[in-house]
Amino acid sequence: MRLTRRARAGLWAVSAAVVLFVYLPLLVIALNSFNSDRTFGWPPPSLTVKWWQLAAQADGPRNALRTSVEAGLGATALALVLGSLLAFALTRYSFFGRQAISLLVVLPIALPGIVTGVALQSVIQNVLSPVFGISAGLFTIIVGHATFCIVVVFNNVTARLRRFGSSLEAASADLGARPLTTFRLVTFPLLRSALLAGAILAFGLSFDEIVVTTFTAGPGSPTLPIWIFNNLFRPNQAPVVNVVAVVLVLVSILPVWAAQRLGDNAAAESRL
Amino acid sequence: MRRRLTLAGLLAPPLLWLVVAYLGALGAIFATAVWSTDPFTNQVVRTFTTDNLRTLVSDPTYLRIIGRTLMIATSVTALCALIAIPFAFFMAKVAPPRVRGLLVALVLVPLWASYLVKAYAWRTMLGPGGVLDSVLGGTPGYGFTAVVITLTYLWLPYMILPVYAGLEKLPDSHLEASADLGAGNWTTFRRVVMPALLPSIAAGTIFTFSLSLGDYIAVQIVGGTLQVLGTAVLQNITLDLPFAAALGTASVVIMVVYLLAVRRTGALENL
Repeated sequence: MRLTRRARAGLWAVSAAVVLFVYLPLLVIALNSFNSDRTFGWPPPSLTVKWWQLAAQADGPRNALRTSVEAGLGATALALVLGSLLAFALTRYSFFGRQAISLLVVLPIALPGIVTGVALQSVIQNVLSPVFGISAGLFTIIVGHATFCIVVVFNNVTARLRRFGSSLEAASADLGARPLTTFRLVTFPLLRSALLAGAILAFGLSFDEIVVTTFTAGPGSPTLPIWIFNNLFRPNQAPVVNVVAVVLVLVSILPVWAAQRLGDNAAAESRL
Repeated sequence: MRRRLTLAGLLAPPLLWLVVAYLGALGAIFATAVWSTDPFTNQVVRTFTTDNLRTLVSDPTYLRIIGRTLMIATSVTALCALIAIPFAFFMAKVAPPRVRGLLVALVLVPLWASYLVKAYAWRTMLGPGGVLDSVLGGTPGYGFTAVVITLTYLWLPYMILPVYAGLEKLPDSHLEASADLGAGNWTTFRRVVMPALLPSIAAGTIFTFSLSLGDYIAVQIVGGTLQVLGTAVLQNITLDLPFAAALGTASVVIMVVYLLAVRRTGALENL
């Protein structure tokens, strides 16, 4: 576009300022993880690696990390199965109530997390605990996370199924393949990268979730976000919390990198 | 027959989950909003009453909380749009291709960074003796302004990405045609870019508005003692579940009204 020089310069300046605004806070916590002042006075009086050593030895974040990874893997596995089943049903069949179901899938992430959280908490207290003897813990975290992870798998698989139609599967059946063989040799390879993208997204959502988790996790099994939140307001834990925060920012480069390797920015963007 | 059996097989597990477990629980919560609480035992009493909903629209405390939450959501949405539109325009139409790829990655990384870490980062930025205090010589402190800054920071990518996608769809030839017809940069922006971009902006505002409306974690981290809808729900959950449910219902109603209002722009097809 033909912009005047002033407009062009202005846009460069605004964009540089936005990038600065986005990255400055992250840089500050990165520097603070080496700040020798326990209360993060600025500028740092001197630098130290003391907090990193302290964090490496701390049990709290390590146990919380394990819970988070287990919950993420469990929720992702469940969401992959349930989301794919729904995607097949809704793209390959037409039936009464299809629209309503596609709305229902979005509901858990569209409604405020606190509403979903309170609803699930009441299920745990009134049904799961008294009837099935399941108390709040890893299992209930997985149940809660899977509820809002279904939609990302569903979206990815639906988009892929729509793009490819069903002619390839019809061809496979015409050539004499049984349904299972067709699934193994045709459908699944077509879906593989969509499932992978959905899995990355679902895991990312689960790993970062805090609102629903506060209502579904028991007291003994905090996930990493819960652990951070619980220790955020304790001054003597501040340096360790800060190191954990820096590690999490560094880790968040991974899914963007993975998505770009998949050749699919849409995967990273569908975080929306 | 076989087809119907397959369909039933596909639908049964996810629907058992979503309808029986989730929707059932959700319905139960909304129903709770019209029940009451025994003031002595704190037990939920299952008799129909509209008291909770009436308190909500008549008690000045709660009207103020609802008003404040709406103010936060509106300010955050406006700020996000104000920042995202020129930035996304630069990404899509001005930046050289290599810079564009870099900028997309730069926007995506913080989107994946932990929500809590970002809110925490602003807590250290805004705190007494923190970066803003020592560099700028002052800080707004924890409160309304801090919440607006932090939420704007948190939801900004959710506005940038739809606007960027909308701008990519807008052909450069439209901008050139407008310039050929004698329009200046500003006129082209106002009369060609903005109308084409409206659905994308509206799609972005759905994210920023609904996420700000429901937030209570960042509010606790940088808001000091500020009360919003989310924190009010949280405080009432253990002592007065029906009233908490009524507050939750209020935020859902506000969101539905907002969705209906922006639906006319075609934003929902842009999600």
